[in-house]
Amino acid sequence: MSAFLELFLRFLPDLLSGAGMTLLLTAEGLTAGFVLGLLAALGRTYGGKLWRSVSIAYIELFRGTPLLMQVFMLYYGLPGLGITLSREWVAFLALGLNSGAYQAEYLRGSILAIGEGQMLAGRAIGLSRWATIFHIILPQAIRLAIPAWANEPVSLLKSTAVVFLIAVPELMAKAKAIAAKTYDPIGSYLAAALIYLVMVYLLDALMKWSESKAVIPGFESEAKRA
Amino acid sequence: MASSLILQAKNLTKIYGENVIFRDISLDVRKGETIVIIGPSGTGKSTLLRCLNLLTRVNSGQIFLEGREITAPGTNEDQVREQIGMVFQNFLLFNHLTALENVMLGLTKVKKLPKEQARQKAMQELSRVGLADRAGHYPAQLSGGQQQRVAIARALAMDPKVMLFDEPTSALDPELIGEVLGVMAQLARDNMTMLVVTHEMGFAREVADRIVFMEKGSIVEQGAPDDLFERPQHARTREFLWKITELYGKKEKP
Repeated sequence: MSAFLELFLRFLPDLLSGAGMTLLLTAEGLTAGFVLGLLAALGRTYGGKLWRSVSIAYIELFRGTPLLMQVFMLYYGLPGLGITLSREWVAFLALGLNSGAYQAEYLRGSILAIGEGQMLAGRAIGLSRWATIFHIILPQAIRLAIPAWANEPVSLLKSTAVVFLIAVPELMAKAKAIAAKTYDPIGSYLAAALIYLVMVYLLDALMKWSESKAVIPGFESEAKRA
Repeated sequence: MASSLILQAKNLTKIYGENVIFRDISLDVRKGETIVIIGPSGTGKSTLLRCLNLLTRVNSGQIFLEGREITAPGTNEDQVREQIGMVFQNFLLFNHLTALENVMLGLTKVKKLPKEQARQKAMQELSRVGLADRAGHYPAQLSGGQQQRVAIARALAMDPKVMLFDEPTSALDPELIGEVLGVMAQLARDNMTMLVVTHEMGFAREVADRIVFMEKGSIVEQGAPDDLFERPQHARTREFLWKITELYGKKEKP
């Protein structure tokens, strides 16, 4: 136990810098994924033929293949197309694209659940179709999506671990390096696991808090049931 | 009755696939007039209302708003709907906004009024339907009758040239119907031009200037309430009135 503690404290700055990279990748991936997911969800629900097909193809492709494969395809494939990106950029791109495909489905479901009625009501007072989508439908759809969507930050945070395979210095990569240095793989990975746990716990608490903030008064009982 | 035409429908036909919803409907709505459309369900009354404000497209025929054809190609539909208020059976308030914000939204986003001006106007409209004290409530915190009155205020705020009511009390508990009909009767007295689809015969009789009886996608007959109720010209009208008075009782007041 004391050996583990010693290792943990000795490599804590290293581990924390890895955790910082993990959090950065999570935040970036979530943000990019939200934008992509919103575009794809809108494409699937309200888009024209082209936008709709591109959205469906994107969602199916990135939900239907392993994240690790997507990382490798971008890492080894893009230079062949004459695009050279840093490892961090490749990781950011892969995580964003992957997360976007999942976020699209969360958002699409709740957009559909808001229903045609709200669209009718918006159009009836003279709002355009897109004005109705932005002022009426999305504010409700995003609120409705939060409880299901709240899994995504946690899931993405853990998924970032795969990018250690293209040598992005995040938490998992740091743990592997420490294991190699100390010949104590169990201790090293256990230390990283503890940090993952703390991050997931904090993220979960953040999600619960934002869920409670987004509740529409009078709808509390439904929010509790959801 | 010499007052000017607000809304004019000429030979409207609506077909969904094989299904003829209504055929060859013509209707004139004059300024300040309250017209009540009655008839069995499934006869195209609601679809007719939705066609009049272009929420649904007619297959043929023309609609004129103050003499300008709004079914003409190139018409800005959003501008047309801004001028035609609509109240739905199931209220359809914006659930994420307070009563006040529901009424304000069209003013700020469609009419582009400054926020403070929009707020004042919205408060006026809420007072008009007797709900100034509920301005900060969300739809889920209001009764059905209150929600429908907010929906009426939301439509009124746009200063529409005509208001369409699509069975505004059908989704309400009986004890809440009166407050909504009361607001509508007051609007009629204030000379709002109104086209109302309803099964409330008491309201129709007391408030309407003209009653239109529709069945199976066409207008069977129309006329002043007393004429239509006391001396219906067509057997189908008689039959319908007899059935509905039997169902709802004769001495119904709005």
